[in-house]
Amino acid sequence: MLPFIHNHHPGIIMKRLLLLATCLLLLPASGRSAEEPYGYPVEGSYEATIMGTPDALKPKLPKSIPTKKLILHPRGNLKTPGVFFYDQGLRCTLAYQEERAPLVFLIAGTGAGHNAAKMVFLTRALHNAGFHVVTLSSPTHPNFIINASLSHVPGDLTSDSVDLYRAMEAAWNEIKGDIEVSAFHLAGYSLGGTQAAFVARLDEQRQVFRFNRVLMINPAVNLYDSVQRIEALLESIPGGPRKVGTFFNRMLDRFVEFYQAGQFIELDDEFLYAIYKARLVSESEAGGLIGLTFRVNSAGMIFASDVMTNGGYIVPKNRVLLSTDSIDEYFQVGVRLSFLQYFDEYFLPVQQALRPGLTRERLIDSLGLQSIEPYLKDNPKFAALINEDDFILSAADRDYLRRLFGDRTRVYPRGGHLGNFEYRQNMADMVAFLSNSAQPGGDEQ
Amino acid sequence: MNTTPLRPWVLLIALVLLAQLVGCAATPPLRSYEEPPMHTLAEFDDEVIAHVDDPWERFNRRMYTFNYRLDQFVFLPVVDAYETVTPRFVRTGVSNFFSNIGEICTLYNSLLQFRGKKAATTTGRFLVNSTIGLVGLFDPATSMGLKRQNEDFGQTLGHWGVDSGPYVVLPVLGPNTVRGTGGIAVDTSVHIPLIDQVQLDSATELGTDTLKGVDTRHRQSFRYYQSGYPFEYSVVRFVIRKKTELSVLK
Repeated sequence: MLPFIHNHHPGIIMKRLLLLATCLLLLPASGRSAEEPYGYPVEGSYEATIMGTPDALKPKLPKSIPTKKLILHPRGNLKTPGVFFYDQGLRCTLAYQEERAPLVFLIAGTGAGHNAAKMVFLTRALHNAGFHVVTLSSPTHPNFIINASLSHVPGDLTSDSVDLYRAMEAAWNEIKGDIEVSAFHLAGYSLGGTQAAFVARLDEQRQVFRFNRVLMINPAVNLYDSVQRIEALLESIPGGPRKVGTFFNRMLDRFVEFYQAGQFIELDDEFLYAIYKARLVSESEAGGLIGLTFRVNSAGMIFASDVMTNGGYIVPKNRVLLSTDSIDEYFQVGVRLSFLQYFDEYFLPVQQALRPGLTRERLIDSLGLQSIEPYLKDNPKFAALINEDDFILSAADRDYLRRLFGDRTRVYPRGGHLGNFEYRQNMADMVAFLSNSAQPGGDEQ
Repeated sequence: MNTTPLRPWVLLIALVLLAQLVGCAATPPLRSYEEPPMHTLAEFDDEVIAHVDDPWERFNRRMYTFNYRLDQFVFLPVVDAYETVTPRFVRTGVSNFFSNIGEICTLYNSLLQFRGKKAATTTGRFLVNSTIGLVGLFDPATSMGLKRQNEDFGQTLGHWGVDSGPYVVLPVLGPNTVRGTGGIAVDTSVHIPLIDQVQLDSATELGTDTLKGVDTRHRQSFRYYQSGYPFEYSVVRFVIRKKTELSVLK
């Protein structure tokens, strides 16, 4: 059976039509029903996640916008270990308007930095629509773990959002003399979307920003559940999750062979698209590559955290690492540890030490939107953009988000996890929700 | 940037000697005050991911850091200023101009590898861009379907079976291999007498070399340590090695 096959089985078509109809029904009543069918082209959840959006289908945006790099010290001046000598302060970007405008704080997804491609793209789109934007790295990004996290151990939504809030306050103190802000909004994707909900809730007590709108793009409903689903993608690679090295090397060999046989010069999107069209990767292999990418990110996260806490998890306890030391072995180990191992062996003991009596189950429950449901339920300042085929959510999760926000949960028929992020309609929907001119949802009209 | 043909060779030899003195950097054994971590590589029976030999790792990491500092204090401020004061079309023109001169390098290296099609494309590009493209300031060749090719003497050596040698991070020039370093030395030695034909006065020549250096850094979007990823050094090493391998295949 060939991978990436476009299935035209009548049952599937029927299902898609139904899905489309459901989506149309879910749209806000502001004239959207006249819209053309959803045009994001990549079928298949994993394929969409890897391929992203073809350039021609992204909105046309100005290439350069006025930005300022910020280096923040939300925890005061920390002395960072030699191996992280380059990492002095939390790096953020401000994109600013010359005149008074609303400001959006953006939170990156798992392992992503403030300058990740998706962050930059959304910043450009929002700036183009008249917003100031401040981008923040994910609390799982090493730069954040080292410079902005109180515990240096990421993963707890409550304490991560406290860290995020502190970073936002530090950013605001840095820029408030230079720009005029009319209102604050918040947006995040993937893990950053889930965190946005917790940050917004914290803001209700702290009242520094009084966020007007909060946009969650492809969020997780419960972190533990989503991570389990991502880790499961490695179950179907040859030899299972403990053979990620062999898997990576075989895939690489195949790409090299393909490159050699074709007429390629650059290793660019064109090459990637050719791989897709040639059906070089089976569906389970595509899933495996996504799982592996996640592991590569989490290796950086685990290493940064382990060094900062002297946790003795993958680096020997008390070892002093300098910038000239080889740290390859820690990468090789980190990439082979599942996030669930990190959870049980490293994360849980730290949390239990902080909160005596905490059980594993209670901790898992606290890592989801359900734990703050009374705050979120029907709260008009929230909206969620999700995909019907996003593998980090279950069908129950999607239903949950629909119940939570009603028609302010927008479900796109395809896109996988963030694959349609840069698609023009998605971008337009993000901007529209955050723009003052748009209604937050049908129920308010 | 290189004003004498001799210097690159000296640099290469010095590097090889120096690197051998510095020795390699493997993960050291446990010291008395250290405790073994919960997980080590010994527990996994799996291939190493993206393995790259790096016998001079300690030296290379030091150079990687050196380049980061050089970028921070010298190159990036200059490039930032350049990007601020010059309009985009000027920068594009400058890039096109130096790329056009670079076609000569691609041309003779294509010929040395008996790659006729590449040589023909490159000749076509050079002729079109030097004339219609106003001495290379514009690149009409690309829109005529003549795609820019890329060959250098390092690839020529690779084509004829010379091993790439160890990975090396060069000061200023960045990550490379020993073969690639030799290639740069040869291409530079060819380039200099060629430029001398134009007979610029020394001030103009210095100005041109400086502009070329700024343009090179401006076009290279890579920034040392910008990813914040702790294993960035290893990722870069892997990508450079793979790119070297692939460029020889073509």
